[in-house]
Amino acid sequence: MTRKQRRLYFVLLGMVTLGAAVALVLTAISDSLVYFYSPTDIVSQRIPEGRRMRIGGLVEEGSVKKDGKAVTFKITDITNAVPVAYAGILPDLFREGQGVVVEGRIEKDGLFHASEVLAKHDENYMPKEVAEALKKSGQWNDGKQAK
Amino acid sequence: MIAEIGHFALVLALCVAVVQAVIPLVGAKRGMGSWMAVAGPASALQFLLIAIAFGALTNAYVTSDFSVMNVAQNSHTDKPMLYKVAGVWSNHEGSLLLWITILALFGYAVTLFGRNLPPGLKSRALAVQAMISVGFLLFILLTSNPFARLEPPPVNGNGLNPMLQDPGLAFHPPFLYLGYVGFSMAFSFAIAALLEGRVDAAWARWVRPWTLAAWVFLTCGIVLGSWWAYYTLGWGGWWYWDPVENASFMPWLAGTALLHSTVVVEKRDALKSWTILLAIVAFGFSLLGTFLVRSGVLTSVHAFATDPARGVFILMLLVLAVGGSFILYAMRAPAMKMGGLFAPVSREGALLLNNVLMATGAATVLLGTLYPLIADALNLGKVSVGPPFFNAVFLPLMAPMVMVMAVAPMMAWKRGDLAGVLDRLKFVAAAALAAGVLVWFLQGGSAGPWWTGAGFALATWLSLGTLIDLAERIRLFQAPAEALGRAIRLPRSAWGMVLAHFGVAVFIVGLTASAAWTTEHIQSQKLGETVMVGGFGVTLKSVEDVPGPNYTASRATFDISRDGESVGVMQPEKRTYRMPPRPTTTAAIRSGMTGDLYVVIGDADPKGGYVTRLYFNPCIPWLWAGGALLVIGGLVSLADRRHRVGAPARAAERRVAA
Amino acid sequence: MRRALFLLPVAIFAVLALLFVKGLTMNPRDIPSVLIDRPVPEMNLAPLPGRGEASGLATADLRGRVSLVNIYGSWCIACVQEHPYLMEYKKAGIVPIHGIDWRDDPALGAAWLKKHGDPYDRVGVDPAPGRAAVDFGVTGAPESFIVDKAGVIRYKHIGPISPEVWNKTLLPIIRELQK
Repeated sequence: MTRKQRRLYFVLLGMVTLGAAVALVLTAISDSLVYFYSPTDIVSQRIPEGRRMRIGGLVEEGSVKKDGKAVTFKITDITNAVPVAYAGILPDLFREGQGVVVEGRIEKDGLFHASEVLAKHDENYMPKEVAEALKKSGQWNDGKQAK
Repeated sequence: MIAEIGHFALVLALCVAVVQAVIPLVGAKRGMGSWMAVAGPASALQFLLIAIAFGALTNAYVTSDFSVMNVAQNSHTDKPMLYKVAGVWSNHEGSLLLWITILALFGYAVTLFGRNLPPGLKSRALAVQAMISVGFLLFILLTSNPFARLEPPPVNGNGLNPMLQDPGLAFHPPFLYLGYVGFSMAFSFAIAALLEGRVDAAWARWVRPWTLAAWVFLTCGIVLGSWWAYYTLGWGGWWYWDPVENASFMPWLAGTALLHSTVVVEKRDALKSWTILLAIVAFGFSLLGTFLVRSGVLTSVHAFATDPARGVFILMLLVLAVGGSFILYAMRAPAMKMGGLFAPVSREGALLLNNVLMATGAATVLLGTLYPLIADALNLGKVSVGPPFFNAVFLPLMAPMVMVMAVAPMMAWKRGDLAGVLDRLKFVAAAALAAGVLVWFLQGGSAGPWWTGAGFALATWLSLGTLIDLAERIRLFQAPAEALGRAIRLPRSAWGMVLAHFGVAVFIVGLTASAAWTTEHIQSQKLGETVMVGGFGVTLKSVEDVPGPNYTASRATFDISRDGESVGVMQPEKRTYRMPPRPTTTAAIRSGMTGDLYVVIGDADPKGGYVTRLYFNPCIPWLWAGGALLVIGGLVSLADRRHRVGAPARAAERRVAA
Repeated sequence: MRRALFLLPVAIFAVLALLFVKGLTMNPRDIPSVLIDRPVPEMNLAPLPGRGEASGLATADLRGRVSLVNIYGSWCIACVQEHPYLMEYKKAGIVPIHGIDWRDDPALGAAWLKKHGDPYDRVGVDPAPGRAAVDFGVTGAPESFIVDKAGVIRYKHIGPISPEVWNKTLLPIIRELQK
């Protein structure tokens, strides 16, 4: 086998694998992309039922209702809110007034059925809870606990 | 005061690194021995200074010096000592310092162990290593000073994110960085080789053990991280294809490919320019991971605090290091002397095929990771790419690779006999087929996913194929009496290969079974109520508050029974840390050969009882066992006499003599 | 042909680098900051004790001039870090700075200003649960908002203000809006 042939083989091998990869990517990508919307997008645009998507916003204060493992809450961008239903244990960082991203789909009942709830937090600055504990630890005494 | 010493040591280290980056390079170009000799002491001094800086920051953490902002933001006096120390690298600035410390350590290792390296190669490689140091030292000094003071100092600190207060995660970053930064060795030597215009077996013999060491560390780091995710996130999953995970997985793929191609360079003097390319790519992926995690271009659940200024800086580093290397590669690599010829069907050919599949796999992971960014840049909307994409694209690419993995070690160098090898593997193929069909029937045919049979068939093929190869090497069947002696005399690198490949097979079993047959039960469970999961009866007995060192936990007690007989108690917790006051979930896990019973306690249900999440995750311990075998295989291979440091000596002498 | 093959890595990397440059200029956050370019919500926050009766913060106070609204709390450590800079900018007198003492005990909020200095023209108290500030688009402290003459929120800065943030980002926006 000459060098030329070997190089040809090398290139062919690469192209075949790359071709296979491209084919796999093309077939997989349309099904596995999850688009991201804000509650206002959901309310203002007609978004097809049953399409998998993510919604990001804040958990509306006072909207969280728990009934056994079923949880409903509203996710809001202040202007609009979308009702969400979820079954299971909420993430540790989930709380009212905090940023949250839910993944799931809108079902016939008009609720957004979340299969995943991701609570987000910014490490950039100090979250309020941190300070609560400072008070608790006697750091900022006068411990009137804000809730 | 000590913090200022640390800061000052970093500035001095920068000066030393600049000298080390320039003088030896000029010396190597002009053939001036005394200039080249600067590299050695400079690398030692650089390491010493950076170690002082690292020690200064660690000291600030250990003594809880909250006048250092970094400590105030990430530590607390109540924290156990282990996490005070681990706190050093729990944040952007500190982890960057750890990164630089490891980089300097590797540079010093070249000086320490590389006495026998050709002086030109050594001084060039050390100069390249110093250039990387210069980049990162500038980065830390200009944008991320870990020694910045806080005025006035708070009485106590913010504490460490409780998710990070975990032994698994305390050791995860150092291992990961040892892996990432370890690839800088291969990178520096690749650039040095391009500058010299020569790659030979001596080069490969030096690069191979260091790549192997980096690969072992990286594997260890990834497995630790994955194990941590499994038992702390409370979701029963162990890999999420999250950008941060992918950032560590891509260098691993490139590193694995590099590991195999250096073998070809060493043994057959072939695939040289490809190996150089892989060395650049492996370290390039490490830098890319750093960029993705710290710049904020991608969102991830566990990214560091992000800052665009830092993003710009790392991007510049990335462009200079990787872009510059690729340009140098395009200029120099075509002129490199071609090495040994081989037929497509040969061990080289099989290793090349494995390399191409690995590289393509890494490229698809890269594409999936960056797709949200691409879509956003082209205004296609904000999207995320989830696990289905990676599973559908990456795994099919790995299936043929696993098939080749059993065949390659049996193939001869230069020209292999595929028909002969397949003939030796025909029983293995039959067993694999049988295993696949058996698993298919056991799961109830189409009651489970279609690919379980394929997964088990691949695992059987690879494990038995590897064992047959081992048996043939020690002539177990031909001369059983001598087999033990042969097994002992078998090179350790061969043992390493056998262990690692067998580990992959074990891993595939865990992967397939846990992905296909996990059962999940979420319910509101009253005290005394029993739920059946994976053949176990799980009864909620009680929930009580228990104090921990720096948290309070509500701890649930579950009675576990099997066939009506009590087999033990499991106690998952929901902890609330005092500082910072975040809740975390601690799952209780009962591991067995067949799988894990995984129990998580949730919030109290206002109507009585508690929300509980109960899983049976089949074969999860196989994943960890597979990972452990990979690491052990790597370590055994590292212990090979031929990999021992200083081995390039003879080859180098021979070259000098010739 | 052979040389072109060796150029392939540089070419691919160049495309990636361009993508990253673009990526750094985009807002990658999953949660969009929804209140930018919207009017300040209706609110009328009570003054801090000891700062005078008419020193609270209401929607009307944010109209007519460009202003900077800074969210702080006595519990917030990172606020201590940015505070000296706010004092400096108050001295410079470029823009009125208003404060919202968020999810805080008003007495503690006032004591904190006594200790660290008071850079604010007006301070409104928004005790827990801090509903008014959430309507404002606050997600944590410290955060700072630039409000234009018409009372529309034009920019939100998350995290402590540093001289760099001030000079490179906030000041140019303020100057532009003041024109």
